[in-house]
Amino acid sequence: MARAVVNVPATVRRGEVFEIRTLVQHAMETGFRRTQLGEAIPRDIIRQFVCTYNGAEVFRAEFHPAISANPLLAFSTVATESGTLAFAWTGDKGFSVTESARITVV
Amino acid sequence: MSALRARWPLHALAAACVALVYAQDASAAGIPPGERRSGYEFMSRETRAMQDDDFANPGTLWVLDGEALWNRKEGAARRACADCHGDARASMKGVAVRHPAWDAAAGRPVNLEQRINACRAVRQEAAPLAYEDKDLLALTAYVARQSRGMAIDIASDGGMRPFLDAGRETFMRRQGQLNLACVQCHDEQWGKKLAGTTIPQAHPTGYPIYRLEWQGLGSLQRRLRNCMIGMRAEPYAYGAQEFVDLELYLMWRARGMKFETPGVRP
Repeated sequence: MARAVVNVPATVRRGEVFEIRTLVQHAMETGFRRTQLGEAIPRDIIRQFVCTYNGAEVFRAEFHPAISANPLLAFSTVATESGTLAFAWTGDKGFSVTESARITVV
Repeated sequence: MSALRARWPLHALAAACVALVYAQDASAAGIPPGERRSGYEFMSRETRAMQDDDFANPGTLWVLDGEALWNRKEGAARRACADCHGDARASMKGVAVRHPAWDAAAGRPVNLEQRINACRAVRQEAAPLAYEDKDLLALTAYVARQSRGMAIDIASDGGMRPFLDAGRETFMRRQGQLNLACVQCHDEQWGKKLAGTTIPQAHPTGYPIYRLEWQGLGSLQRRLRNCMIGMRAEPYAYGAQEFVDLELYLMWRARGMKFETPGVRP
């Protein structure tokens, strides 16, 4: 199970734009490399990332082979209600990691 | 001839020779303490920011893995690191800045990876982890993380001396098809460019490091192999005494500098 780290402020004022940062452990094997014996190394990357805020999707990203290993994503959204931010990464070879964070809107 | 003798009386010549010897001594002593710079200071603003922020530093992922391994029961003894050492945040504080350190059982200095493996073998009765194994890197990173911000403090007394001298000798010796010595770049040419990159002073302040070029975490020995391959020398095997001696010399050379693990390097 790959590890994910998310950084969300604990409390935000209503209506304020806040930043979310996520870091996930993944080799992001491009599929273009070969072993020393010349065999192609199959592609193994994260394909998609989705962030939902109280069930509503607020951010989505598609990943491609040129994205670095252990990708960091930083994005922002508007604080509406207290609740849960859920993060899901899915990819090749059945890769699936989920993480969540609580946020309090004051 | 007589004019020369008049201008350079014998005692002045002797004084000049002494000064020359001291000058050579100074170059052998390497970079003066006031001019020592961590590799961090040669990095771009963006890469520095990446290292400074735990949530952006990918090394964090290995540190967290290491924390999980620290508490996991291992080997025939079914014992976790935490069962003997307790909370690593207290017990492992300052350990990494002292390594390579003297190991009485082995009768030689050992680096942090070797210390972890020795502990695995003796206390946990588990198989040693291979160099650059993900678990060994994670445990090393977790242990070393506890010394972040501390000053490197390498013992150079007693039995350590011959190993330290051997490490220094390796650092000074020309090797490989390019016939280069470590000292030529890292003591004499630091700050200049080698291809597109700045030559750092080779202070191992942040190992194991997350190297962007590697897209992963790696040990100091992996980094040293890189340099050796670059000078077209045959690298020593992982865990070779020559490597440990060189690690020891590099850490001693960086004594007093701030420890940064997990470091990020380009």
